[in-house]
Amino acid sequence: MSDIFKKPEPGRFARAWDSDIAYSFRKSPLAIVAATVSLLIILAAIFAPWIAPHDPFNPATLNLMDGFTPPMEPNQFTGNTYWLGTDNQGRDVFSTILYGARISLFVGFMAVAFAMVLGITLGLIAGYRGGWVDSLLMRVADVQLTFPSILLALLIFGVARGFIPPAYREAMAIWVLIVAIGLSEWVQYARVVRGATMVEKSKEYVQAARVIGAHPAKILVRHILPNVMGPVLVIATIGLALAIIAEATLSFLGVGVPSTQPSLGTLIRIGQGFLFSGEWWILLFPSLTLLALALSVNLLGDWLRDALNPRLR
Amino acid sequence: MTAFILRRLAQSVIVMLTVALVAFALFRFVGDPIASMVGQETTLAERAEMRAALGLDDPFLVQFWNFIARAVTGDFGISYRLQQPVMELILSRLPATLELALVSGIMAFVFGVGFGVYTALRRGGWLSSTIMTVSLIGVSLPTFLIGVLLIWVFAVELQWLPSFGRGDTVYVGDWWRTGLLTESGRASLILPAITLGLYQMTLIMRLVRAEMLEVLRTDYIKFARARGLSNRAVNFGHALKNTLVPVITITGLQLGSIIAFSIITETVFQWPGVGALFINSVRFVDVPVMAAYLMLIALVFVVINLIVDLLYYAVDPRLRVDRANARH
Amino acid sequence: MAAPLLSVRDLIVEFPTRRGTLRALDRVSFDIAEGEVLGMVGESGAGKSLTGAAIIGLLEPPGRIAGGEIWLRGERIDNLPREKMRRVRGRRIGMVFQDPLTSLNPLYTVAEQLIETIRTHMDLSEKEARARAVGLLDRVGIPAAARRIDDYPHHFSGGMRQRVVIALALAAEPELVIADEPTTALDVSVQAQIIDVLKEICAERGASVMLITHDMGVIAETADRVAVLYAGRLAEIGPVRDVIQAAEHPYTAGLMGSIPTLTQTAERLTQIPGSMPRLNAIPQGCAFNPRCPKVFERCYRDQPNLIARADGRHVSCWLYDAQEKEVSHG
Repeated sequence: MSDIFKKPEPGRFARAWDSDIAYSFRKSPLAIVAATVSLLIILAAIFAPWIAPHDPFNPATLNLMDGFTPPMEPNQFTGNTYWLGTDNQGRDVFSTILYGARISLFVGFMAVAFAMVLGITLGLIAGYRGGWVDSLLMRVADVQLTFPSILLALLIFGVARGFIPPAYREAMAIWVLIVAIGLSEWVQYARVVRGATMVEKSKEYVQAARVIGAHPAKILVRHILPNVMGPVLVIATIGLALAIIAEATLSFLGVGVPSTQPSLGTLIRIGQGFLFSGEWWILLFPSLTLLALALSVNLLGDWLRDALNPRLR
Repeated sequence: MTAFILRRLAQSVIVMLTVALVAFALFRFVGDPIASMVGQETTLAERAEMRAALGLDDPFLVQFWNFIARAVTGDFGISYRLQQPVMELILSRLPATLELALVSGIMAFVFGVGFGVYTALRRGGWLSSTIMTVSLIGVSLPTFLIGVLLIWVFAVELQWLPSFGRGDTVYVGDWWRTGLLTESGRASLILPAITLGLYQMTLIMRLVRAEMLEVLRTDYIKFARARGLSNRAVNFGHALKNTLVPVITITGLQLGSIIAFSIITETVFQWPGVGALFINSVRFVDVPVMAAYLMLIALVFVVINLIVDLLYYAVDPRLRVDRANARH
Repeated sequence: MAAPLLSVRDLIVEFPTRRGTLRALDRVSFDIAEGEVLGMVGESGAGKSLTGAAIIGLLEPPGRIAGGEIWLRGERIDNLPREKMRRVRGRRIGMVFQDPLTSLNPLYTVAEQLIETIRTHMDLSEKEARARAVGLLDRVGIPAAARRIDDYPHHFSGGMRQRVVIALALAAEPELVIADEPTTALDVSVQAQIIDVLKEICAERGASVMLITHDMGVIAETADRVAVLYAGRLAEIGPVRDVIQAAEHPYTAGLMGSIPTLTQTAERLTQIPGSMPRLNAIPQGCAFNPRCPKVFERCYRDQPNLIARADGRHVSCWLYDAQEKEVSHG
């Protein structure tokens, strides 16, 4: 019975960090580059108000004369030079990208957090309760998995938008978007957590916990969550890339965030309009940023999955 | 076998009913159906009369039942925005979507399986590594971005291919308008088909590769080699056939995804298909079109799932145990 | 004595890994004579299956033959070009794997797999190959072979499937059959039948057998000679009866002591303390030195070589070194 008092192996996380993961990270230049790029973009987005040379949302600082300035060239009327040029309204493209990335990442992280909380909770319930609750949740998960998540997010978003009174649609769009993307991605977390729960449930310490009067569910949570940290982290990383892409896609289609808060997807939609008239920079730089962000987060997730589970390779 | 099919059918019906419920709720509770049908000058009494005539005062279940009954006959009402019967709208745009989906689906399958087999057999080669790296970019690139970049390179800079629309179309039969029979139609199809198929191709490729590597490790492949069968016979006769069993399932399911992702591609290329219709209906909250599309896409997925299950049966003899026993 | 059918000389197999190269087989040497059954025993991980895989040229990468030679009837086969080696497999060396449930491709009928194998190696028409296939199935004891040949593997029981596997291994009349734990995955009740079928059919065709197993009982009943592997090294090799009744290597002696016999009325079975070292932790000198009851100073220093003994026996143990004997007797 001394098992009850045994703490989970001390420093297991630290030890793993020291050995395989860190080793694999050092050995993978791709992972290092991906991590650096992701981190840079994330930091730039967080500190956008301090980094950005202009506030693209403050009409007072905009000068229409500055419109369509090509990158690194002085404007023919005002003489102002912009790194990445300006758009039709004279907004600095670099600044709009920083603010756009801020919105893209905000929606991405929030959607992942929502999906994670929802998935882990439902997974714990399904695994712990079993029976019809479990069958129902897993059937729903099966059916949901047959639909691509972007489509699902789009359908959920469309339906939810329908139910919201027109007056609130703009204001609530971003939250509806987060919920829609989150709802489309909870299944993976639920499956992993459910599996781990079913394994742990039958173990001795859970029975023991019952004997000493502790609530077994509480103990389960405390034991299972560390166990599934690895897979959940992998799913969350790949999920973040998916969520960013989903948000960008919806915004590009004109059904995502409102145009008063342009995300990277919105910027690309705006840029596409100037493609044929030769103002390529309005399209290219937001596209490259989105590409770099999505690719590096994806690479990071891929690497993490291989590093945590070499057998999957 | 029959039990299996019946179970799958029952599941499909439940999925369809759930989607129908959502679609119906949209119909019934988003805005006022009467307000969207009549003008300002209609009196309250007339409105009440219409409500009764349309059955809007009936109990919920009765209304739901009527909705399903109408949906089954293809009656989804009239588009708020375009003032045309929804089914007519969808049918007139369906050929465009199906042609696009079919061409990119075939492309994705052929190249996906080819590259997948190649990278599995030549693991570690420089060409394999290159394909794998490029495929990772393919998976990470949002579909719309692929489309936009393709337009930029091939339509704006090089001016080789058209950037929007279907080109010239001709009628085949009564209502099927095809772009496949005209030169401009085929040229217009290239960029959208690549855009739509690229992601699926990378998925199929990675799946084939992973599956093939798995199969190459199995005992029966080792035993086949130990019997001195040629590399060709082992790789293509044995390994590939076993690889394709699960691949068929996923590829079949990809067909649904292709139709779904056509929403994005159609918007980028202003392709006059069902997906573009749907996006506009979401933008303008055109509920009848949204509801119809919801049901349509669910139906497509359910049918594809069923077909894939049946196909799986046809390919894998282990699943045919019942029938085989019945024969003996 | 006639030239052996198979001759393995100082075979070394290595696995390069992240943390250095592991030597999985270390200078293993043995012969198999025409028509002989050689048993190969050892604990799991001792290198029995690797030896078989190395001989038939199917080592899993990154494993590779790092030294030594393999000769089949006077022809060196360990360095053959890939295509030539392929023609040796199946045609000259047949192989039976452990698990009949996974050895057969589930998507092809037994007939398809047999005919494919036969026609790969023999110039026969489809019809002739089929007739031959039916004959083989009949010979390995599949009832109603002519009808059952068109069934899929999953229609057969485990024992029946292993018979099919044997038929496949023997389809092109190989001179040597390597049977890697052919009965381990089977029900106890059919194990003896499978061994009998394998032994009979090989004897009938004059094929030699290398029987890999950890079951000393099977070896005692089936093999002519037995080779004992320990940690990738050959501990002892000799005629079965001699080795079983009078093991010379302390490890073999311990192994035999752990087997219950009907005739012996020993009070208790002995057991070797400790366990076989992992490949990355093989001690210097003799690999068995941490567990050996008769260990002495030299065993910690030098790795013993095979020493020839009477009656064609060989043992790698310093106890039997002439020099040591002088010391101990002097």
